[in-house]
Amino acid sequence: MFRYTEYPPKGYRVRVSTYWWTSRWAYVKFILRELSSIFVAWFVLETLLQIHALIGGPAAYGDFWAFLRKPVVIALNVISLFFVLLHAVTWFNLAPKAIVFRLRGKRLPSLAIAAPNYVAWVVASVVVAWLVLRG
Amino acid sequence: MAEQIALEITRYSPERDKTPSVASFDVPLRKEWVVLDALNYIKDKVDGSLSFRWSCRMGVCGSCGMTVNGEPKLTCATFLSDYAPGPVRVEPLKNFPVMRDLIVEITDFLAKLAKIKPWIIRRKEMPVSEGEYLQTPDQLDAYRQFSMCINCLLCYAACPVYGLDPLFAGPAALALAQRYNMDSRDEGKNERMDILSQHDGIWGCTFVGECTQVCPKHVDPAGAIQQYKLTAAQEWLKSLVFPWGGN
Repeated sequence: MFRYTEYPPKGYRVRVSTYWWTSRWAYVKFILRELSSIFVAWFVLETLLQIHALIGGPAAYGDFWAFLRKPVVIALNVISLFFVLLHAVTWFNLAPKAIVFRLRGKRLPSLAIAAPNYVAWVVASVVVAWLVLRG
Repeated sequence: MAEQIALEITRYSPERDKTPSVASFDVPLRKEWVVLDALNYIKDKVDGSLSFRWSCRMGVCGSCGMTVNGEPKLTCATFLSDYAPGPVRVEPLKNFPVMRDLIVEITDFLAKLAKIKPWIIRRKEMPVSEGEYLQTPDQLDAYRQFSMCINCLLCYAACPVYGLDPLFAGPAALALAQRYNMDSRDEGKNERMDILSQHDGIWGCTFVGECTQVCPKHVDPAGAIQQYKLTAAQEWLKSLVFPWGGN
C-alpha cells in the first residue's frame, strides 16, 4: 500500500537486531504472549488426540493415559497451562482497548469490559470442572 | 562549582563518519532543567556543531523526540534530575535513518500520513454561507483523544513492527485515520478503509502496545488500531452477508 519513501533517505540506518525483544521488559512480555499461541495449539491437538483415543476404545484410551503420565508430557502440559493462562489473561486485559461502549456519551471504563469476560471464564471453568469431577 | 551530570550523546556526521559514535559532555545539574535544556547548553557553550531538532520546549510541537536512556521521550518533558547521578544516554529516535547527530529522517512518516487523508472529507462541501458543521460535545469526545497527536514519532520509535517492516503504516498515522473516521463531520470512512484495511495498514499491527505507553499526549494509538480492526472485521462480515452492498 505505502511506498517506502519518495526521497530515499541517505542517513545512517541501524539494523534491528534479531534479539530486539530483549531490550525492554514490555517486548519480552509481548513475545511471551505471542508464543502462548503455540501452547494453545498444543492443548487443542491434545484434546483432539484424546477424543480420537476415546473413539478407539478402552485399549487406545489406556495407551493415551500412559502417554499423558510420561514426565515429559506432564512437564509440557504444566508449561502449556502457564502459557494458556497468560494467553487468556492478556486477551481479557486487552479486550477493553478494542471494544468501546458508550453510555450516555461517556466511554465505559476498562473494568466494565474486562470483568464480564473474567466472569464468563470463571463460570465456564466451574461448569467444566463440575462435569469432569462429579464422579 | 555546581553539581554536574554527564550526557552521553550520539554523534554522527554523514560527511565524516561511517558509523555513529558517542561523545560525553558534563552539564550543570539543575532541578528545573530538562534534557533539552542540557542539549541547548552544550550547543551554546561547549560544542556549537551538536545538531538536534526542537521548537516549542513545552510538549506541543513534537520536534524534540529522542531516545533517553533507551526510552523514546520528548526531551523537553524529561527532567535531568530524574536521571541523577547519571550519566544520561541521549540517542536519536530508533527505527528512523539518522541524518546528523540526534536528527532523524522522517519523510517516510510524512508520506504515510498524507496517504491516510488526515482531513475532513465531505461528499459535497457546504458553502460557508450555510454556516459551520456543528458538533455536540459527545461527538467531539468520540475522537478528541486521537486528535491530540503532535506527530512526535515516539510511537514509531517504540513500535517493533515498524522497526522490522518499514512498509507498516505505523501507530500515529493509523490513530489519525481513526481520528477522522470518528469525526461526525467526516464522510471519508470508506475511502480510508480501502487504504487502511490492507496488510501494511491495521493488520500489520500485532498489538505490542508500546506506542500507547510512550505517547506523551495519551493518544492511545494501539487502542485506535484495535478498534479499527474491529470495525474492518464487522465491515467484512457485512459485505459477506450483504454482498450486494449495505452502505
